[in-house]
Amino acid sequence: MSFVEALNLFIKASFIENMVLAYFLGMCSFLAVSKSVSTAFGLGLAVIFVLGITMPINWLVLTFLLSESGVFGTDLTFLKLIVFIAVIASMVQLVEMVIERFSPGLYNSLGIFLPLITVNCAILGGALFMEAREYNFPEACVFGVGSGFGFFLAIVAMAAIREKIRYSHVPAPLRGLGIAFIITGLMGIAFMSFMGIKL
Amino acid sequence: MADVAIQQKTELFGKKERRLLTDPFNDNNPITVQVLGICSALAVTSALKPSVVMAIGVILVTAFSNLFISLLRKGIPGRIRMIVQLTVIAALVTVVEQTLKTFQFDLYKQLSVYIGLIITNCIVMGRLEAYAMANKPWQSFLDGLGNGLGYGIILVFVAFCRELLGKGQLFGYQVLGDWYMGNSLMLAPPAAMFIIGLMIWVQRARNPKLIDVS
Repeated sequence: MSFVEALNLFIKASFIENMVLAYFLGMCSFLAVSKSVSTAFGLGLAVIFVLGITMPINWLVLTFLLSESGVFGTDLTFLKLIVFIAVIASMVQLVEMVIERFSPGLYNSLGIFLPLITVNCAILGGALFMEAREYNFPEACVFGVGSGFGFFLAIVAMAAIREKIRYSHVPAPLRGLGIAFIITGLMGIAFMSFMGIKL
Repeated sequence: MADVAIQQKTELFGKKERRLLTDPFNDNNPITVQVLGICSALAVTSALKPSVVMAIGVILVTAFSNLFISLLRKGIPGRIRMIVQLTVIAALVTVVEQTLKTFQFDLYKQLSVYIGLIITNCIVMGRLEAYAMANKPWQSFLDGLGNGLGYGIILVFVAFCRELLGKGQLFGYQVLGDWYMGNSLMLAPPAAMFIIGLMIWVQRARNPKLIDVS
């Protein structure tokens, strides 16, 4: 895969097919953790990291263990959901331990959200997209980092908007969750403008 | 004896049990109040048919994972409960996925990755943690059923609005005449967000105790 192809895939994964705004993946943490820019930043980085690691690992598992040409010689892809989720859960545990050891400040600010990455649909969704689109190994790596970057971008932008919107007059019943949904919709429309780009 | 009989009757379908089923429709709706599971499933709401299938899938998974985890709750060690829960959920979702693949292959292709993503739908895990780990199997089953229904109803409603306004169709049949020009914004992903945002607005305007004070 050439550099240009890799760059194309990266831009496609992060902007045109943004995980959050085009596919609704990772919506729960997107809405729950986007109240301040600093925590959103931390979670965004954690997602890039976890996606970037789990995507190649899941690719290896899928190709060498589960597929028909793998070690077992039979088609085990019906087990993919259980295997993917196990890989993701153990990787998240590992990342949590590493962050706790090297950056207690980040660990405290992310708090309970790190374990929640396990059930962040963006991670499992990425793995399933990787399988459905039949990426090869380098593509899987680039796609992992690219879609993580897309999530990072979306959640930081969202947090910045929500910090500003506290100073405006939102109708009381719409405050909080309601307006967050509408902002997400508007951001989605803004990101739709990337769809015209042919790569 | 009479007391025992009454007690058993209330345990099966008493007031509390009925509340477990009906609360998620309004006061404790998983999407608009608990903010769980907005994730993946909304992506399929551009038409009614896949949404109904998705809703059924989610209802089955929430109800039965609640039931099984509640049956197992005394035997699960606290430290590894997440893995146990995920395994139960993943197994149930695999059953749903394979069933759909066998009997409705077109729909299976259309829903693609989103069926698998029921696993990471926070509502399933959320109910297991919040309810099934501490309650009896029958109540947990009802709780799962209620939450699945509360979730499904939103899914179907959003799909109804999007398909009707986007194409003038319901379940693929033309219901609005030739005069109706489809609004393609309604078919784009952001429309689901707007519809849910407006639903939350209406719900909280009618029920002020849900208003977010922060």
